[in-house]
Amino acid sequence: MSKQQNAIMEWIDKRFPLTSTWKAHLSEYYAPKNFNFWYYFGSLALLVLVNQLLTGIFLTMNYKPDAGMAFASVEYIMRDVDFGWLIRYMHSTGASMFFVVVYLHMFRGMMYGSYRKPRELLWLIGMAIFFVLMSMAFTGYILPWGQMSYWGAQVIVSMFGAIPVIGDTLSNWILGDFMLSDAALNRFFAYHVVTLPVLIVVLVFVHVLALHETGSNNPDGIEIKANKDPHTGIPVDGIPFHPYYTVKDIFGVVGFLIVFCGIIFFAPEMGGYFLEDNNFIPANPLHTPDHIAPVWYFTPYYSMLRAVTVNFLGVDAKLWGVILMAASVVIFCFLPWLDRSPAKSIRYKGPYFKFALTLFVISFFVLGWLGTKSPTPLYTLLAQIFTVIYFAFFLLMPWYSKIDKTKPEPKNVTK
Amino acid sequence: MRMIKYLLLAILLAPFVAHSSVQEVKLDKAPIDRADKESLQRGAKSFVEYCLTCHGANFMRFNRHHDIGMSDDDIRAHLIRTGQKTGDLMEAAMRKKEAEEWFGVVPPDLSVIARARGADWLYTYLRTFYQDTSTYSGWNNLIFDKVAMPHVLHNLQGWQVIEPETGNLVQTKPGTMTKEEYDRFVADMVNYMVYLGEPHAPYRRELGVIVLLFLFGMLGLTYLLKKEYWRDVH
Amino acid sequence: MTDSGDNGKMSGRRRFLLVATSVAGAVAGAGVATPFLRSMMPSERAKAAGAPVEVDISKLEPGMLLTAEWRGKVVWVLKRTPEMLDNLEKLNDQLADPDSQRDQQPPYAQNHTRSIKPEILVVLGVCTHLGCSPVYRKDIAPADLGPEWLGGFFCPCHGSKFDLAGRVYKSVPAPSNLVVPPYTYLSDNRLLVGSDSKESA
Repeated sequence: MSKQQNAIMEWIDKRFPLTSTWKAHLSEYYAPKNFNFWYYFGSLALLVLVNQLLTGIFLTMNYKPDAGMAFASVEYIMRDVDFGWLIRYMHSTGASMFFVVVYLHMFRGMMYGSYRKPRELLWLIGMAIFFVLMSMAFTGYILPWGQMSYWGAQVIVSMFGAIPVIGDTLSNWILGDFMLSDAALNRFFAYHVVTLPVLIVVLVFVHVLALHETGSNNPDGIEIKANKDPHTGIPVDGIPFHPYYTVKDIFGVVGFLIVFCGIIFFAPEMGGYFLEDNNFIPANPLHTPDHIAPVWYFTPYYSMLRAVTVNFLGVDAKLWGVILMAASVVIFCFLPWLDRSPAKSIRYKGPYFKFALTLFVISFFVLGWLGTKSPTPLYTLLAQIFTVIYFAFFLLMPWYSKIDKTKPEPKNVTK
Repeated sequence: MRMIKYLLLAILLAPFVAHSSVQEVKLDKAPIDRADKESLQRGAKSFVEYCLTCHGANFMRFNRHHDIGMSDDDIRAHLIRTGQKTGDLMEAAMRKKEAEEWFGVVPPDLSVIARARGADWLYTYLRTFYQDTSTYSGWNNLIFDKVAMPHVLHNLQGWQVIEPETGNLVQTKPGTMTKEEYDRFVADMVNYMVYLGEPHAPYRRELGVIVLLFLFGMLGLTYLLKKEYWRDVH
Repeated sequence: MTDSGDNGKMSGRRRFLLVATSVAGAVAGAGVATPFLRSMMPSERAKAAGAPVEVDISKLEPGMLLTAEWRGKVVWVLKRTPEMLDNLEKLNDQLADPDSQRDQQPPYAQNHTRSIKPEILVVLGVCTHLGCSPVYRKDIAPADLGPEWLGGFFCPCHGSKFDLAGRVYKSVPAPSNLVVPPYTYLSDNRLLVGSDSKESA
């Protein structure tokens, strides 16, 4: 830096923690040197968030949140606005990719014990982001006001109607009307464009702050801060985030963009999974499509919703389904306390955990696949079986993680 | 670990194989060729002649047909019937109120029908109308039971009925076109409707090639950059 | 373990790769920015609505002013009488820009009648001061406009005055002559306002 640049930096630093922030969070923030492929997904999630915000703003310039104009305004964007089609596809593909990236990011956490002490709060903040993300997806999907937008929203809101005593009033309050209509569309637009983005940005900021407080975990699950150089105080296995991980993450970004752009430019509909066929039909409150399925990223939970077919304990199946579906996401929050293993990372955990995690992954995919299908008796039975497996992963964890035969954790990180 | 990676790869590739819509009836394969501008132009003219009166294509402008090689004069000569400007939208001539009275339902706008139903469905639909005295219009359709739309193209295709034993369609009265001509006619129209659903699709793919080539170049460059810095670490 | 080696300077290879990647990144940035910025330009719908308009002047009598609309702005088509045309030259020294030297008209309207055909004036009825629509005052020497007034347009908002060729008077708030839009004759009785060529809407 030249003398002038130095002078400017000094002027700023006296008034704003610019250099100190740069050092604390980038050039002198020490991250474990053994991050692998699974560690790309945090920065990729941030990239996708920025993509959604940017493309979202530009879509808002032309989109009309009115039941009579919404569908037409989307086609207006696709045809009459210069490069409107590109912005639309970036946004719709980004929405699905957000879930791909976040699921992989969460899975990293499950493999390496990133939710374990002292990172429980970090994990909970992440779960909060996930809840907001699901709300963003739900409120966003209604906006094109196609058949799937309408009927998907109808199904979800009627779940709130299932809550005893307050259900109906709650439903009317959410909708601002006695049924799904323009009132709901307009307010969901407000949530999707203002409320939830603000919330998600704040939560992501807090998430990174919490991460930097404890420092990152790593594939070996050992705490690098336990092993500091006696002279410098720097973790022996740590490297400054900048330039090493900034440079590595840029490579990760380019790799991701290849997949992202491949989809946008060559298969934006993704066989009807990213942009559903039925959503090219304008919403018709008088006609339900033959086959309603939620968007792919909600299908596992949808499967579990439909899996409960018996009433018991005085509560009908419909409400149990809702409870189960909510529980299937909330249960992630308990992971820090369900995992009783002495080892953090799957690398040093025993065979029980590996087996359980594999079963969990299989059940997640099978439940997802089942969620796209009509609920025949066979499929319903399968959904019930895999729902049990899904919950068993969590509920039995205090037991199997305790009795598992772990390997000794290393002192320094391995490659 | 490796198993999980393979599982993920399989899931990533699955959408290219699967399709989310439920298909119970066998559909004929529509011969779509987006590069065939003559076919698209024929389809455009047929579409305007036979479909636009009742159905609209409310999101499509006339001047968009420059894409498929039509000049403003061509557009005015062949596509514009009622004194509209080339910048106008392709709206239906029939009013919604009358439509509902006459057919019981408003004929859907066709701008994105090919994205909603798929080309194969449209191609099959337009060729499987048959006579049915039990319906209001006297017509029915093999893949859209009790459809409100009459067989608008019956003069061209001729008349068909269902043979009770086989369930197949047999022709009872010829139309002005042979089977091959009619199939070609419908193929052109469906080809056009695919174009109508997403006029910019060819440009999207062209741009995609450039973008991906650039990104692959950047992949190499950023990989070298990463490797260079990480020499410090190893 | 930073950018610099022991001698404090970045290696040539590292610097080269950094520069190359930054340049590629800048190109990528420009590439990404382009569709967003382009999307803000007038859409096809705006262009269609702003397309040139045809004006039928078959019924236009001498002295009559016809009002049309193009791109949301008032367009005046005035058929001037021979007297009106003669009077134009008499006003030159009262006008700020009598020879239309400022760029307020297409080349074919940069003449003493500011029009293609002498009798027909096509001009935007928008005062060049702050955008009000002036009033057509063809009467000679009325009380409120003084004995020198030979017909023209008077803007009620701040008192700007223009002659029957849309040229602005001296010492009024408006700085320039009324804008002549691009236009052309499709036939003797049909004008196309908004375009120089015969390419109609």
